[in-house]
Amino acid sequence: MFEIFGIPSTALFGQLLIGLINGSFYALLSLGLAVIFGMLNIINFSHGAQYMMGAFTAYLILQYSGLGYWPALIIAPIIVGITGIIVERLFLQRLYKLDHLYGLLLTFGLALIFEGVARNYFGSAGLPYTVPESLRGGQNLGFMFLPNYRAWVIAASLVICIGTWFVIERTRLGAYLRAATENPMLVRAFGINVPRMITLTYGFGVALAAFAGVMAAPIYNVSPQMGSELIIVVFAVVVIGGMGSILGAIITGFGLGVIEGLTKVFFPEASNTVIFVIMAIVLLVRPAGLFGRRA
Amino acid sequence: MEHVADPLVKKPSALRSQSETIGFVIMTAALVIAPFVTYPLFLMQAMCFALFACAFNLLIGYVGLLSFGHALYFGWASYLSAYSAKAWGFPPELAILTGTATAAVCGVVAGSLAIRRQGIYFAMITLALAQMMYFFALQAKFTGGEDGIQAVPRGVLFGLIDLKNEMSMYAVVLVIFLAGFMFIYRIIHSPFGEVLKAIRENEARAISLGYKTDRYKLVAFVLSATLAGVAGATKAIVLQLASLTDVNWPMSGEVVLMTLVGGLGTIFGPVVGAFAILVMQFKLAPIGEWVLVIQGAIFVSCVLLFRRGVIGEIANKLHIRL
Repeated sequence: MFEIFGIPSTALFGQLLIGLINGSFYALLSLGLAVIFGMLNIINFSHGAQYMMGAFTAYLILQYSGLGYWPALIIAPIIVGITGIIVERLFLQRLYKLDHLYGLLLTFGLALIFEGVARNYFGSAGLPYTVPESLRGGQNLGFMFLPNYRAWVIAASLVICIGTWFVIERTRLGAYLRAATENPMLVRAFGINVPRMITLTYGFGVALAAFAGVMAAPIYNVSPQMGSELIIVVFAVVVIGGMGSILGAIITGFGLGVIEGLTKVFFPEASNTVIFVIMAIVLLVRPAGLFGRRA
Repeated sequence: MEHVADPLVKKPSALRSQSETIGFVIMTAALVIAPFVTYPLFLMQAMCFALFACAFNLLIGYVGLLSFGHALYFGWASYLSAYSAKAWGFPPELAILTGTATAAVCGVVAGSLAIRRQGIYFAMITLALAQMMYFFALQAKFTGGEDGIQAVPRGVLFGLIDLKNEMSMYAVVLVIFLAGFMFIYRIIHSPFGEVLKAIRENEARAISLGYKTDRYKLVAFVLSATLAGVAGATKAIVLQLASLTDVNWPMSGEVVLMTLVGGLGTIFGPVVGAFAILVMQFKLAPIGEWVLVIQGAIFVSCVLLFRRGVIGEIANKLHIRL
């Protein structure tokens, strides 16, 4: 053990790790928000609630079918993604011609409903979800102890983020998506079913949130309000990064997680607020956001 | 929107042009009679929330700016009002003024940051800044953390009126509410208010006409924050309590809900919405967490089915302004 700036290395790297973990969730969630906003022009306020639903779905799958973490990691995002598709078909598609603000209000209402239902059935206290057998234990890296599960979360979210970036920026499907974002009428004229693409995009964005929720379940307790406070921080992340760039959302998410972790070491009182303060500074210096284009 | 001026339409009848005045008389009369019929404390609380919703509506309804962080101004005004009355022994008029001034300062700072971005970003920025100030309230010593500031003395107004008397307190709150309401009415119908509406309809056009829209937006934001502060500061004296509930994000959501239910951009909508939501919360208190679900359902149905809100729909049916 050694010291850096008078801080024991284990504490420093420990917080750095927590920062990277939080950053993984910021990145996954702001990525989903950016993808949804790109196609639907709606800020999905229920994103946090859908993240929470992912965690609860994993919990329920374990309770009622005995299927553990790995199956849940696939099944829960699919189930929650399908509920997202239903939400889009039933509600959101009626709002595309209206002011963007109505989308925000509607999804805020949905978030209240989801959270309220969860609170009624599960109470406000957190429910435990154990780390899967195969990822228990950890590695001693000499300067710190790295639990296997946390390493997995960081790696998995990096892979998902970069994979999403690759699909959107480098494949034919992604090209359709980007084209439909720019000019949906023209893309429709080329014979591509844009409304279906919009529906599936929303489903995918929601599934991403649920995936993050399942990964979060063993780290944080599974609780109804786990999403609502997180989503506000993610909004700040999105304001800082700007929603124009997928890569920007990923970098900003991880970066801010790390900064938040370091703040916990050097100035713990500010760790809750540091991201908001950074947002204020970015607004002063670069109002369009770090990766945003001036509208 | 649908109100296209048609030169062939005959002059509006006396009733139609006077609808706002008639509405105001009915509202005032109802509020004067109400404390003899139902609980004064509930009515005072409802008037504070009604003023809060009117202040919020000034932004969303007349400038088209959705602030999702109005709890900041309401809550911090409430804290400073409660603290100055309890710890410094301020009389109620000074305590409310202190709270209001706090909200105004917060409004200047948050407003000048938030107006740097438009539309959806504006909503996210206001929400994030409010959350930041929530954490400050949570950590600061003077707010009492989870306990809040309790047993705030109501005091003696101007050294004359003892506010421990429920009816005196009621009269004071009624005067504050009506004054705030009329002030907002004057803003909306002033040349300044017309520019705000022009910004709401088409900001680019307003800029091309030579208006510095950012300044107008900032002034509107500060006015809205300040009036929300009046509501919060008064609430702290009435309920003798300031707590984290007042600054947290669900409070910001609640004021959006009140205004949406009553009718965005209507004069009386926020008042009706505030009373409706408070009555609902009061009646539904026994069913606990389901209130959250019902509020969410109201949000969804308002957005999908009646975007004009209760008062907006009535005004639209009768072709009057309310």
